[in-house]
Amino acid sequence: MRNSFVRLGNITVVGLKSIARNKLRSLLTALGIVIGVACVIVSVAIGAGVAQSVQEMINSLGSNFIMIMPGAATQSGARIFTGASTLTEDDAEAIKRECSAVAYVSPSLRTGGQVVAGELNWGTQIQGVGVDWPFIRSWNVDEGAFFSEGDVRTGTKVAVLGKTVAESLFPNGDAVGAIVRVKNVPFRVVGVLEKKGGSMMGSDQDDHIVVPYTTAQKRLMGQSRFGMIIASAASADQVQDAMDQIDALLRQRHRIPQGGDADFMMRSQEEMAQANAQQVKMMRNLLLGIAIVSLFVGGIGIMNIMLVSVTERTREIGIRMAIGARGRHVLLQFLFEAVTLSVLGGLLGVLFGIGVAKLIEKGINWPIVISPQAIVVAFVVAASVGIFFGFYPARKASKLDPIDALRYE
Amino acid sequence: MPAVIDIRALVRIYTLGEVEVRALDGVDLTVDAGEFVAIMGPSGSGKSTLMNIIGCLDRPTSGSYVLDGADVSQLSRDERAIIRNAKIGFVFQSFNLLARTSALENTELPLLYGDFAGSRQERRQAALDSLHRVGLAGREQSYPSQLSGGQQQRVAIARALVTNPAIVLADEPTGNLDSRTSTEIMSIFQDLNDSGRTIVLITHESDIARHAKRIVHVRDGRINQDERITQERVRNVEAGFSPPSPG
Repeated sequence: MRNSFVRLGNITVVGLKSIARNKLRSLLTALGIVIGVACVIVSVAIGAGVAQSVQEMINSLGSNFIMIMPGAATQSGARIFTGASTLTEDDAEAIKRECSAVAYVSPSLRTGGQVVAGELNWGTQIQGVGVDWPFIRSWNVDEGAFFSEGDVRTGTKVAVLGKTVAESLFPNGDAVGAIVRVKNVPFRVVGVLEKKGGSMMGSDQDDHIVVPYTTAQKRLMGQSRFGMIIASAASADQVQDAMDQIDALLRQRHRIPQGGDADFMMRSQEEMAQANAQQVKMMRNLLLGIAIVSLFVGGIGIMNIMLVSVTERTREIGIRMAIGARGRHVLLQFLFEAVTLSVLGGLLGVLFGIGVAKLIEKGINWPIVISPQAIVVAFVVAASVGIFFGFYPARKASKLDPIDALRYE
Repeated sequence: MPAVIDIRALVRIYTLGEVEVRALDGVDLTVDAGEFVAIMGPSGSGKSTLMNIIGCLDRPTSGSYVLDGADVSQLSRDERAIIRNAKIGFVFQSFNLLARTSALENTELPLLYGDFAGSRQERRQAALDSLHRVGLAGREQSYPSQLSGGQQQRVAIARALVTNPAIVLADEPTGNLDSRTSTEIMSIFQDLNDSGRTIVLITHESDIARHAKRIVHVRDGRINQDERITQERVRNVEAGFSPPSPG
């Protein structure tokens, strides 16, 4: 009896040799597992990458950030936007004036456009904001200065460039004081923002220019346009107070009764982070489902081939039994083969998955986070699949009658 | 000489649906150590059933079978596998070597499943010695597909001998070979027997059976003739295999 364990090493050698002898078939058998594991690695990598970049983006919004968007959140949670903005410049000023828990407020308008400086031009995002913007976003000016209260009041054609834009249009670093044409309107560059880094789905946060919102309305977008209001609470524990105050104030100004659907929507930084975490969790569960299905299919592939293999090798089993292989020797040999196939498949799948993930990262500039946890889990699951699906064929092999098996053609 | 095989009142009944077939119907057979016995009989005589039981591949329905001093007639599957590994060396009609496995690895195989206590090197050496004994020095790394039928059967004999079994059980070992190669293989068995090995040969060809020292005829599940050959035993020493000089 003790010999069954002493001889285990020999049996594994027997199993390995048999795999080595059938290279192509072994590869094809393991392919289901390879693809399953690779799928898991790639989708987890993409999911984690997206989650991470969204989180980075949220973190980079600044501290105690609150976003007030026009349009209503209905009871079902869907956001309805009817076209014309329900928020006004006056709303922003009222918030600043009356909400004690709010430290900074700024309108925020966005549009895209070409920025030209001399012979160079650059397509970028143009943001119209107020003077509080650097404080809300915790985003300082590197060179020069941010535009002033007076610039906003009079709608002066001044611009602050994001680092990427400044580096692209002024490779020599002489941006401040220069004139750039934004959508054919000349703007004087008064400052360059510090580099923020961090990217959202491969887009560059530093690729934008900031102008007074009044100027943006007058010169670039049209008077009636108004985007959203961004604000920051005075401190972290006043975020909720600030939101309550803003809500009450805007309801009053917009004449919305208590309990009626508001015509604006508010999100704090924390809420955005939570929503993101929720989405990540959902995505993880979905991926787990996919992983289970694909590995299950891979396992069935292994079981199928192992059953074929047992039938095909009936004579070999007969020979082995005739010369003294016990039931457990044959069982272990086939089980070991199945597990080796699935483990090799898992290993190949991990490599293949990492390769594809890297390719996606390089090729389409999508953020990728390869999680060691996912690799370990996928690998362990692959091995378990081998044991689970390999057991039945192995048992079948071990129960063969040596006389019949020897006679099998 | 002690009896290596001692079979008494052996009965084997197969049940095929509702029909009972008495494949063996009271067989008594004693084989002493060092004997070379041929079991002969037409197909359907029960000789294959007898061989399966002697080879511990099958169990008798009733009766006793003592192999090398131990009653093996009521052993379980695994216990029989252990007995087969330790005490019986099989040689089959169709060689039954593992394909894509070298002659040396094929010969080594029984040692992987048994009680062989030695190291990897000693195991390899035992297999090499066994291959050399059947005249296959130099072909250790060949695959069965690269060997002739006669050479394949020699590998099978080497494999049967590697565990130093109590008996060598050869089931129609020349059935797939031409007559010249058959004679070569039979002289290997004769030489093994000369050096003291007990050999049980199952065949339906009387020419082949004549290489043995004793012929047991099986018919309708019983032994109906047991003859000892003394004078006209076939020997063919110039068959390419040089036996050690009998001592």
